[in-house]
Amino acid sequence: MLESVLITIATAATPLLIAAIGELVVERSGVLNLGVEGMMVMGAVTGFGVAITTGSPWLGVFAAILVGAAFALLFGFLTLSLVTNQVATGLALTLLGLGVSGMIGEAFIGLPGVKMAPLVIPVLSDLPVVGRFLFAQAPLFYISILLVIGVSYFLFNTRAGLTLRSVGDNHDSAHALGIKVIAVRYAAVVFGGACAGLAGGYLSLVYTPQWIENMTAGRGWIALALVVFASWRPWRVLAGAYLFGAVSIGQLHAQVIGVSVPSQFLSALPYLATVAVLVLISRNRRLTMVNTPACLGRPFVPAR
Amino acid sequence: MMRLELVKRPQHSVLFSAISPLIALVLTMIAGAIMFSILGKNPLDALYYYFIDPLRETWSLHELAIKAAPLILIAVGLSVCFLSNNWNIGAEGQFIAGAIAGSILPVVFPDFQTWLVLPLMLVMGVAGGAAYAAVPAFLKARFNTNEILTSLMLVYVAQLFLDWIVRGPWRDPGGMNFPETRDFHAFAILPELMPSAGRANWGIVFAVLAALILWFILRKTRKGFEIRVLGQSPRAGRFAGFSSSRMVMVAFLISGGLAGLAGISEVAGAIGQLQPSISPGYGFTAIIVAFLGRLNPLGIVAAGFVLALSYLGGEAAQISLGLSDKAARAFQGMLLFFVLGCDTLIHYRIRLAGRAMRGGEVTTNA
Repeated sequence: MLESVLITIATAATPLLIAAIGELVVERSGVLNLGVEGMMVMGAVTGFGVAITTGSPWLGVFAAILVGAAFALLFGFLTLSLVTNQVATGLALTLLGLGVSGMIGEAFIGLPGVKMAPLVIPVLSDLPVVGRFLFAQAPLFYISILLVIGVSYFLFNTRAGLTLRSVGDNHDSAHALGIKVIAVRYAAVVFGGACAGLAGGYLSLVYTPQWIENMTAGRGWIALALVVFASWRPWRVLAGAYLFGAVSIGQLHAQVIGVSVPSQFLSALPYLATVAVLVLISRNRRLTMVNTPACLGRPFVPAR
Repeated sequence: MMRLELVKRPQHSVLFSAISPLIALVLTMIAGAIMFSILGKNPLDALYYYFIDPLRETWSLHELAIKAAPLILIAVGLSVCFLSNNWNIGAEGQFIAGAIAGSILPVVFPDFQTWLVLPLMLVMGVAGGAAYAAVPAFLKARFNTNEILTSLMLVYVAQLFLDWIVRGPWRDPGGMNFPETRDFHAFAILPELMPSAGRANWGIVFAVLAALILWFILRKTRKGFEIRVLGQSPRAGRFAGFSSSRMVMVAFLISGGLAGLAGISEVAGAIGQLQPSISPGYGFTAIIVAFLGRLNPLGIVAAGFVLALSYLGGEAAQISLGLSDKAARAFQGMLLFFVLGCDTLIHYRIRLAGRAMRGGEVTTNA
């Protein structure tokens, strides 16, 4: 029982985790990309389409990553090369993604999808309680954990990570030191987009192997909230994603059991929880001030 | 490889602030034509059905006004928010909150039938939308909570609440179990302007009035100056004695109230009852309207009609060409991209520097 609950929590948490860890890198470089929802939904529709056409979920995943990165590149071109307002451009990306995915996906509605098979690690998966939770999941689950480890290591233990953080904290000083601020930000934005696309692919290839319009249902936005919740720390994103996974699975279980609360109220819980958590975190002004990348959302035009 | 280089203009370009929305529209049409060709449709036909066909008949102009009214009302309110650097993106939720609050009288008290009902409904709609917008505003002013995320989360909550109330307590007792409220009685219906010619109702009048009033406030009053100063430089605003936390509340209450008015006008006008879904994303499309109108209330009136046209055109192209009505949403998203991109021309000269690019501009490390 506990084991199956853990597994379902992981399936709900994984897409949030992947998208949020990507956005964390983007925000650490000083860019606020509010288009996560749009890139994610594009990843979902592309991943689904490629997987059912080729029969290979892996090609679907690959395509989802590519399309997420391509959308992010578009965002990068506007905000970094043309210095447009990041908030507005991120919203544009979300609206475009929702529109385009709805259009492409119309042909996929009702079609059976291709589900990615779990990768069962022998012996370890027979461990009691945590065995199947940790060692018999979809491959993307392992990738999500590796992403956290990798990003954490990259940001805090490598020179490139330090460079990226310096660009996010003070782009003028970084520029004066000869760091290519715009190039670093492009790389971060594209990485974030690839992650968002991958998260979308997870939704349509693992979570519910089918295409439903707007199937991301606000997960991209929750991922953005998770980054704030985690105060821009990779391991806290992991904790936050599983917390939210638990909330959304908890409400689903409550709906199945038939708790005497209207299902709509239960469905609203993850969104309300997001608001509550944001309030709790931002109440502590000092904590958020210390951790927020100082140049987050600020445009950079090199002076010459 | 060519490199884009931005050179800041000493002053913003008057020419480009006037024509950049038009350039954006033209670019969107070109991109749209390419998109339609990819979908295997004749691009000229598609553009014709999108942008010309809906303008050919009187009844369809009325439909245009019906679609433009909520877009303009919401976008005018959003312009106050965006100008003062408050990112309310939950107008869709405030629209729904206004529609629900305004529907209390005709749904819960259907026997209360006097001419007072409609004005009261409109007031309650405004109050409902404003109250719903007050939540993210209060959280931002008091706890410094990110208003973008909270206002958006509340959209989902409002949609679920509407779904519950029309399927549950407010379901029409005589409605064959359909998930909808009873039809509004005659005193609760927003009258049509010219019933013999088409369905357009007073909503469009409210929209234009709201735009004129806010244009006056933003351009001619001290409050408008305060809004713009706080938006452009919160620090300068503080030195001038303006309170940014009070501005958060003001901006959100104005935009929430207008979104609420749009909501109740839509329900009391075009729809005539509450249903599980009452908006084709007006609250989000209005963001595009606000930017296409360059955050100027008068520009927003024009922009509202352009976006309304894309909704109608989407329907026309679907009927005539079998083109997915989802294409309209894609179109709208592209438009915002081009609008934002073209706005760069107002503040910068763009130069192409023919120098080899240094460093990997595009590196995917995923």
